[in-house]
Amino acid sequence: MEYCIVGNSAAAIGAVEGIRGVDKKGTMTIISDEPYSVYSRPLISYYLAGKVSEDKMYYRPPEFYQNMGVELLCGSGAGKLAVREKTVILRDGTKKKYDRLLIATGGKPFVPPIKGLKKQNVHTFHKWDDVKSLAEELSAGCKAVIIGAGLIGVKAAEALLCLGVEVSIIELADRVLSSVLDEQAAAIAQEVMEEHGVKFVFGDTVTEVLGEGRVEGVSLKSGNKMECDMLIVAIGVVPNTDIVKDTGINVNRGIVVNERMETSVEDIYAAGDVAEGKNLLWAEQRVIPILPNAYKQGETAGVNMAGGNKSFSKGLAMNSLGFFDFKMTSAGMQGGEGYEEIYTLKAEDKFYRKLVIKDNRLVGFIALKDIDRTGILTGLIKDQVEITKFKEALLKTEPGFAEWPKELRKERMLS
Amino acid sequence: MKRVYVREEYCAGCGLCQVHCITAHSEYKGDIIKAYKKSFPRPLARVIVEEKRPLSFSLQCRHCEEAECVKACITGAMQKDPATGIVINDTARCIGCWTCVLVCPYGAVRRDETLHKVAVKCDMCAEAGGVPSCVENCPNGALEYREER
Repeated sequence: MEYCIVGNSAAAIGAVEGIRGVDKKGTMTIISDEPYSVYSRPLISYYLAGKVSEDKMYYRPPEFYQNMGVELLCGSGAGKLAVREKTVILRDGTKKKYDRLLIATGGKPFVPPIKGLKKQNVHTFHKWDDVKSLAEELSAGCKAVIIGAGLIGVKAAEALLCLGVEVSIIELADRVLSSVLDEQAAAIAQEVMEEHGVKFVFGDTVTEVLGEGRVEGVSLKSGNKMECDMLIVAIGVVPNTDIVKDTGINVNRGIVVNERMETSVEDIYAAGDVAEGKNLLWAEQRVIPILPNAYKQGETAGVNMAGGNKSFSKGLAMNSLGFFDFKMTSAGMQGGEGYEEIYTLKAEDKFYRKLVIKDNRLVGFIALKDIDRTGILTGLIKDQVEITKFKEALLKTEPGFAEWPKELRKERMLS
Repeated sequence: MKRVYVREEYCAGCGLCQVHCITAHSEYKGDIIKAYKKSFPRPLARVIVEEKRPLSFSLQCRHCEEAECVKACITGAMQKDPATGIVINDTARCIGCWTCVLVCPYGAVRRDETLHKVAVKCDMCAEAGGVPSCVENCPNGALEYREER
């Protein structure tokens, strides 16, 4: 059996480990357009800040590929897919035949057309090379504008502050981290970030990038102008579906997969940030671009590619996010109409804990400042446990099992 | 694989499991006084004790078959040993992002920020071998080290 994997990040590694759990013999090839062994993308902000050294960037040890019997084709990357011939055509023209193929091409930064954007010192914040090139242009005291106060923008801001850069974030929405925090939580998070020196402009966006060759400033929709030495576009990430164009593989926002990670074309699978899979809380399929989801989808794909039987339909949006020493965790739904919400807010302590409940089951939570044992909440969401009898206890700073009905406690704790 | 199981009916809430866990993970193994007085930083207990009198019980990592923490770890530091089944965090590679804290359904991963941020958890006292220290030293037989029934 010849396995081919396009992409070399968490989903690809999950697939390698999934395949090898079932098939010890088949040959595996990974095609990557980056010059590295698998590294952790979420670590790029830590690398930029100098908190993680080069050797600690790698998601698996150097001997991983050899031990797993994987040939890694680094550099050129996959260009096209010939579905009928079951062949991947690399950008350098090389052809690679497969019996089973996994598309794990991840996401790519969403960069809208903005006037004057093609300049030096305009960066995205997605790959290792992005922060390497950024690092070359940095000096303490220089001014950076970041478009987007989402997860990427916030982590980029933290790293830049560590390096003595002045950081302004321009966000179209009315708050920070709107995909993971509700208004009350976002207000606290914003305060923390401002205390560290981040300046915010909300409800506005960049309409023109100013300067000759190099970025010198930005014009905003509101008419305001801001000076800066560099611009980081951190608006969001979209599935990198380029390779499946004109192949007949069903694409909605991402590549549509079933719970076995199969695409609409036989013997072709997709996983990770490129895939739109089944999930726990939404009726419709979703792209859930987080590393845990990528690994699990990849592993599921791998097992099935090798002839095993595994399904994954419990994708759940969740995040653990730190801003310096301030800690935030969240998962699932943010609440709103049709949901029961209970919460504790101590704004002066920057403490917030909210539970979002539907049909007596936990479907979401947000925890700010104290996050210990909040995995218990994530677990309750995943297993759709009835929480009526002990929901108030879950608001405790550190949730536990003591308040649970005895039978349920024993069943869950001792399994 | 063998795991640690609590019998809450027998737990007196004395906290000795935590004392011995700290000692076993210090550089002064087997010597509580030195472990408490001399180790810096003093290790965190990997075992959690919950109390709601008269109920008390201790809980540590379940070393799950499908370990959420391993699959969610963003650095690759959290790994399940394929031979023993024990889930161990490589603290040299851990950066303290707390994704494992977010996903552990038992709340069994602790944050240690005394030096640099790392996640710490039960390692079944694997280095020393034999019965985990919390089980060996539970004065009331509330902790069992056994195969699943």
